[in-house]
Amino acid sequence: MMLEIKNLHARLADGREILKGVDLSVDDGEVHAIMGPNGSGKSTLAAVLAGRDGYEVTEGSVTYRGRDLFAMPADERAREGVFLAFQYPVEIPGVNNMYFLRAALNAQRRHRGEPELDAGQFLRVVRQKLKLLDIADDLLQRAVNVGFSGGEKKRNEVFQMAVLEPRLAILDETDSGLDIDALRVVARGVNGLRTPDRSIVLITHYKRLLDYIEPDHVHVLQDGRIVQSGGKELAAELERRGYGTFGEQPEVAASA
Amino acid sequence: MSASLETQQTIRSLSDEGYKYGFVTDIESDSAPPGLDEDTVRFISAKKDEPEWLLEWRLAAFRAWREMPEPEWAKVEFPPIDYQAASYYSAPRQQATPKSLDEVDPELLRTYEKLGIPLREREILAGVAVDAVFDSVSVATTFKGQLAELGIIFCSFGEAVKEHPELVKKYLGTVVPQNDNFYAALNSAVFSDGSFAYIPPGVRCPMELSTYFRINARNSGQFERTLLIADKGAYVSYLEGCTAPQRDENQLHAAVVELIAHEDAQIKYSTVQNWYPGDAEGKGGIYNFVTKRGACRGARAKISWTQVETGSAITWKYPSCLLEGDDSVGEFYSVAITNNRQQADTGTKMIHIGRNTSSTIISKGISAGRGQNTYRGLVRVQPRAQGARNYTQCDSLLIGDRCGAHTVPYIEIRNPSAKVEHEATTSKISEDQLFYCRQRGIKDEDALSLIVNGFCKEVLKELPMEFAVEAQKLLAVSLEGSVG
Ligand SMILES: Nc1ncnc2c1ncn2[C@@H]1O[C@H](COP(=O)(O)OP(=O)(O)OP(=O)(O)O)[C@@H](O)[C@H]1O
Ligand SMILES: [Mg+2]
Repeated sequence: MMLEIKNLHARLADGREILKGVDLSVDDGEVHAIMGPNGSGKSTLAAVLAGRDGYEVTEGSVTYRGRDLFAMPADERAREGVFLAFQYPVEIPGVNNMYFLRAALNAQRRHRGEPELDAGQFLRVVRQKLKLLDIADDLLQRAVNVGFSGGEKKRNEVFQMAVLEPRLAILDETDSGLDIDALRVVARGVNGLRTPDRSIVLITHYKRLLDYIEPDHVHVLQDGRIVQSGGKELAAELERRGYGTFGEQPEVAASA
Repeated sequence: MSASLETQQTIRSLSDEGYKYGFVTDIESDSAPPGLDEDTVRFISAKKDEPEWLLEWRLAAFRAWREMPEPEWAKVEFPPIDYQAASYYSAPRQQATPKSLDEVDPELLRTYEKLGIPLREREILAGVAVDAVFDSVSVATTFKGQLAELGIIFCSFGEAVKEHPELVKKYLGTVVPQNDNFYAALNSAVFSDGSFAYIPPGVRCPMELSTYFRINARNSGQFERTLLIADKGAYVSYLEGCTAPQRDENQLHAAVVELIAHEDAQIKYSTVQNWYPGDAEGKGGIYNFVTKRGACRGARAKISWTQVETGSAITWKYPSCLLEGDDSVGEFYSVAITNNRQQADTGTKMIHIGRNTSSTIISKGISAGRGQNTYRGLVRVQPRAQGARNYTQCDSLLIGDRCGAHTVPYIEIRNPSAKVEHEATTSKISEDQLFYCRQRGIKDEDALSLIVNGFCKEVLKELPMEFAVEAQKLLAVSLEGSVG
């Protein structure tokens, strides 16, 4: 099992509970889509899994490849193969994109006991992935995300994923803000990374993405809980009916 | 959750590594007894076998110093210094001037090796000529012969006084007069050694010239003087590095650097200052009270100062440019880090005297722990400086919430045609940036140094290659224990 989330509760520093008992199991090689209205806790779930500061886990457990995820600090989770494509990628002025990514890859390689790559070797690894994501060479020489367009930032996230080759990738609205061509490119990139031992969690608002990247399971996260799970037909249903109907389910309404 | 706590702990544990250059070399030395009066000045001058004119020059400085109050305007705090308690001369006991490295005490050579500055010819740093100053005297200068073929003089100050008195006499004190300020006057009275370089007209110095300063002795100050002259159309790049042992008491370092660039000459002066900063509670560390100034004497002369200030308990330093020649150019690129209890009050003075002179100031201040970091800069445009231009950019980065950053620009414009631009920003290190790095697998301390290096990029890229790498590592070490 890649990821097993059980009854996960998490709250903000101010005490407000955002995740109110999330259950989710992701098997090796599976693609899961998480949909849900704004503010329902999707990014919070991603942040808690990645180990971001500012959230307190009050209940529940998360097991990642047999290990207690919360026993590892954020950077170790990453080195163990957990990757988060950020909804809002961060700018790091003055830090060359390529230098950054090589530092990341080498940190992970060291962790796995593999030799580090020098600039030349790294460039060879990177070249083919660039092509896969249709990214211009010069993007590598610019500061991390600085002055990137919205679409470039998202593509850069998937490019990083392609280079780092994680076991578990969580893509937080990587499709938002992409034009249709870019969406196809990103989807091609992600599909190219689908392997039997890599799992992907796609957070999205749009069925459109799921037309390109076919999920094995679709979940609806609402008010900090997964209220519905199904196959990819669930996305189509959501698109027709909206989230409102799920919110009206009695057990959800009662505990809100 | 506790990610920031984790960050803190990782970095704490790393900080045990601490200051790497804090060892003491066990070597016999000749020291002057503590105290400072005219006899001390005579003692030093006699030790160095100096000509009468230089003794008189020192005495004039001493008399001026005695009348001067210590400056109090800088935003730094320290208990009063007892100038009578320090010793003003300390030299490793060995032959006066070693003729070759074979005559240099092996213990000294080992010290420099440990510091990463090998002085033996076979191990010498490629492309860098080094003058190594240990406490008060220069112990070795490398690549001298090769430089001499081009007419370049590169030697210790003491040697220059003996071998090239006419040059020393002509230029000494012409940029920083003896009575310029309290610390410069003190230096002028008691300076012991330092480096001297002269690049003849039209010569491009083929390698980096470098001075490596090392304070070793206890209870001694270090007062060295550097005098650098680039004659018409000459070019030189000069590097300065420094370290000191880890001691509980504060030690004074009051150096003077004078640069002279003639017509079409260019001097690039880079410093990586890594004096012992004191411990986390602010005990010990070097007081670095230094006067550095360059004069662009001729038209189109250019002087660039680049400094990375990571060490010292207190830094008081304003490398400046007197832009006398028309179309001359002054540049100041600075990174100053203060962590724990360190204090830095640093900046520059750009004095526009000639026409169409231009200056650029890029200052990056990083404060962590309880560090206090002040940028203090003066841009003055004299009435004759028609068409003068200045661009100033001061960025401050705060790590944690107990440190401080201050920007104090002075702008004096006496010619209406001047164009002066000043930009300043202050930001906190962003949790988002740190998390982004960590999420890619980069460890906390590496993430921090990555971000800080990015912040300093515009300055670091001005450093010669060999130094840039060193500086990057130093930034990381200096920030240990600073996230939390
Ligand atoms: N660090 C934080 N500080 C304050 N509030 C937060 C923080 N993180 C999440 N929240 C709040 O928690 C709730 C859930 O936010 P989250 O970002 O997880 O929603 P989301 O499902 O990703 O929404 P969207 O579809 O708009 O991206 C929101 O009310 C949000 O304002
Ligand atoms: Mg979100």
